[in-house]
Parts: sequence; C-alpha cells; structure tokens
Amino acid sequence: MSANDWPLWEVFVRPRRGLSHGHVGSLHAPDATMALRNARDLYTRRQEGVSIWVVPATEITASSPDEKDAFFDPAADKVYRHPTFYEVPEGTQHL
Amino acid sequence: MYGNDIPDLLGEVDAAETALREAAARDTGATHGEVAYFDAVIQADQKVEPRDWMPDSYRKTLIRQIAQHAHSEIIGMQPEGNWISRAPSLKRKAILLAKVQDEAGHGLYLYAAAETLGVSRDELVDLLLAGRQKYSSIFNYPTLTWADVGAIGWLVDGAAIVNQVPLCRCSYGPYARAMIRICKEESFHQRQGFEILHTLSHGTEAQRAMAQDAVDRWWYPSLAMFGPPDADSTHSEQSMAWKIKRFSNDELRQRFVDMCVQQAGVLGLTLPDPDLRWDEERQAHDYTQPDYDELMRVIKGDGPCNRQRMAHRRRAHDEGAWVREAAAAYAKKKESLNRNSGRGPLTSAAAPVPRGELP
Repeated sequence: MSANDWPLWEVFVRPRRGLSHGHVGSLHAPDATMALRNARDLYTRRQEGVSIWVVPATEITASSPDEKDAFFDPAADKVYRHPTFYEVPEGTQHL
Repeated sequence: MYGNDIPDLLGEVDAAETALREAAARDTGATHGEVAYFDAVIQADQKVEPRDWMPDSYRKTLIRQIAQHAHSEIIGMQPEGNWISRAPSLKRKAILLAKVQDEAGHGLYLYAAAETLGVSRDELVDLLLAGRQKYSSIFNYPTLTWADVGAIGWLVDGAAIVNQVPLCRCSYGPYARAMIRICKEESFHQRQGFEILHTLSHGTEAQRAMAQDAVDRWWYPSLAMFGPPDADSTHSEQSMAWKIKRFSNDELRQRFVDMCVQQAGVLGLTLPDPDLRWDEERQAHDYTQPDYDELMRVIKGDGPCNRQRMAHRRRAHDEGAWVREAAAAYAKKKESLNRNSGRGPLTSAAAPVPRGELP
C-alpha cells in the first residue's frame, strides 16, 4: 500500500442514544484506527454523534439500481401485509 | 425575484433539507429505460444517486464543479491561515483556527462527494497541483491586515453562502447533502467576520480606517466571485436544465448586493461604489459591476497571489509526504504482524466488533 492508495471508508454516526447509526459520508485512511480518528475530526466537530462506525467501502455489497424493479417488485403486490387491507365490521372495538 | 424581501439563509438550508425528504416520498412516475428514468428524477426534483445512470456530460460537469469547489476550500485556508499566529487575542485565535479547520473539512466532504462520481481524490489533487483544475479567483488576493480576516468572513463567506445555498437543492444527492452540511457550518464563518468588522468599526479611528480599507479592497473581488455576467457564462444553461444550478450568476450577485447594503449600514462602513443606489422600479439596488477583465486575468493565473498560493500548496503537499508514507507503512506492518500471529487488529480504539455486538 503506497501513500497514494489509502482505502476508502464509509462513516456511520449515531447522533444520540436511542437513534440508529446513519451514513454521513466517507474518507480515506490507512487503517481502521486512523479512519475512526479522522471520522471524529471530519464528521463530529460540532458534537454530531455519540458513536461512530467505519467500514471499508470494499466490504459493502449493494443492490444494483438497474435491478431495482425486479428486486423489490415481489413486495409490491402484497397489500394484505398492511392492516388497512382488512375491513373491520362496524362496532368492533380494540382491534 | 428576491427584491427587498431577503429570506433568512439558514432557513433556506433547512427548507432545502425538508424539500429533499418530501421529494423522496413523491412518485416520479418514472417509466422504464435509463434515460427516461433520469429525466423523471430531475423533473420530480428528486436526487440522482451515485449508481444511477446519468449522461456523461452530467457526470463531467459535476466532477469539474465539485472539484473546483473542493480545491477552493483547501486553497482558501491560506489567506486566513496567514493571520492565525497574529490574531489579536487568544479568543480570536481559537475562533480562526476552528474556522480554517472547517475549510479543510469542507474540502474533504467535497472530495468525497466527487469520488462518488468515479474519480479519485488523488487524481483531483494532482490536477490542482498541475494547474489543470481551478479554484475560486478570490483566494488570489492578499490579506494585508487583521481587518481582512473580518472582510473575508463577511464578504467572501457571505458571497459563498449566497452561491452555495441554492446548491443544497442540487439534483445530485451526495453534492446536495454535502452542501447542506457545509452551509450550516458556514453561517458561523460569516458572523465571526461581521463581528470582527463591527468591533473594529466601533473602535479607535485607526481601527475604523483599517476596517474600511479592508472592505474597499474586498468588495469588487467578492462581486466577481459570482462569475462572468450571464451573457458570457459558458456553463450555465445546461446546468440549470439539470438542476445543478438554480439561479444565474447575475441573479445571485444582485441578491448579495441587496443583502450587503443593509449590513454595511449596521457596520457603519461604506461600500466603495458611488453609483450604488436603490432602484424603486426594479426593487433592487443599482451597482457598479466588478472588473471582469481583471477576473479573467486572475483566473488565468495572473492575480496578486496565484503563484504564492500554488507554491505553498505544492510545498505543503511535498512536506506532508512522509506522514502519509509513515501511516501507510505502519498500517502495512500491523497487517502483516496480525496475519502471522493469526490475530485481528490489536488497537482497542478500532477493534472489530464481535458478531451481534455492534455498539
């Protein structure tokens, strides 16, 4: 690894206790320790987070936008997964 | 369109963020086919994301614009960095340090956004160092006195914000999100500059004169930051159609002038334009245009500080090489030690997390 090909890391920050980590951006760093420190300096200069994850970008497998339709279509015709699909008889309570 | 009623800039950044979420929930009505899909996303004010299909020229335009923007943040550290060691108090010094550190951060957000378009940061840095990509002409002017730090904050960052707030609505997702973040941070920059000038203009006669001199020197270069007049602007029309750009150079420049007139009044300083006056019919100020021949000269490399800025950046890049090499060598050594001993990385700060125990 030369100085010019530091790997890319994706950065996720948990803004506050109780919220999930969200993706905030990326950065280059030679290793995980430096990636964490750089992420702190780059993405939490104003106390934006209480926890940071860094993940090598090459370790992320993503679905392809080209296959978006085929990939997510199976969920489209299952309206019966939503409670509003069902008719509730008049007068029913606590359902 | 702006006239007298200038909405609060930070409010506009928030509105852009809300609009981004609302647009995301809309149905684009996109039909099949990548071109139709791209057009429908732009039409619906939604965001194009890195792995979506996009026209080559859209990609190229964005790379050029985002890179130039990133370079400007990095080179822009120099004029103010010049005054860190000579700031008039510890408080001013701490504030200026934080501001210059923000500029570095903004440069990195933007390089990261550019990289999502398939170009590497190292390539972009090399293009800057080779003089093949530009940065904003404004940073080729010198900071002669402490008051210049105030004038940069008020006028240069002020102009940058007027330019950048509409970019929070740019059609390319990573750029729009980076700009939202940047604009929120920039507003402190503009206020600290305004405060420096306000303190000076209400101080001794010499301090007031120093503030006025700085405003005299930075006013026209700040107006030139919006680029050539619309009639001569080469990139504008297509960028507007793609919703990369939302307003023309002249519209933004007018908006900036209208904003500054009121603020100059509060500062008790004069904008160096004898022809500056309110035009009742247009509901905007008439003003003298900056010298666009000078702008072209500075862009082409012949401003007061072009050579100094580039020489300094190249030197800093070269002198930092050993740090980059040492970090890379350390990472490599640690990796091979771990491989030989069959253990994972040893540092506690960045230990891999056991399955199911993400913190």
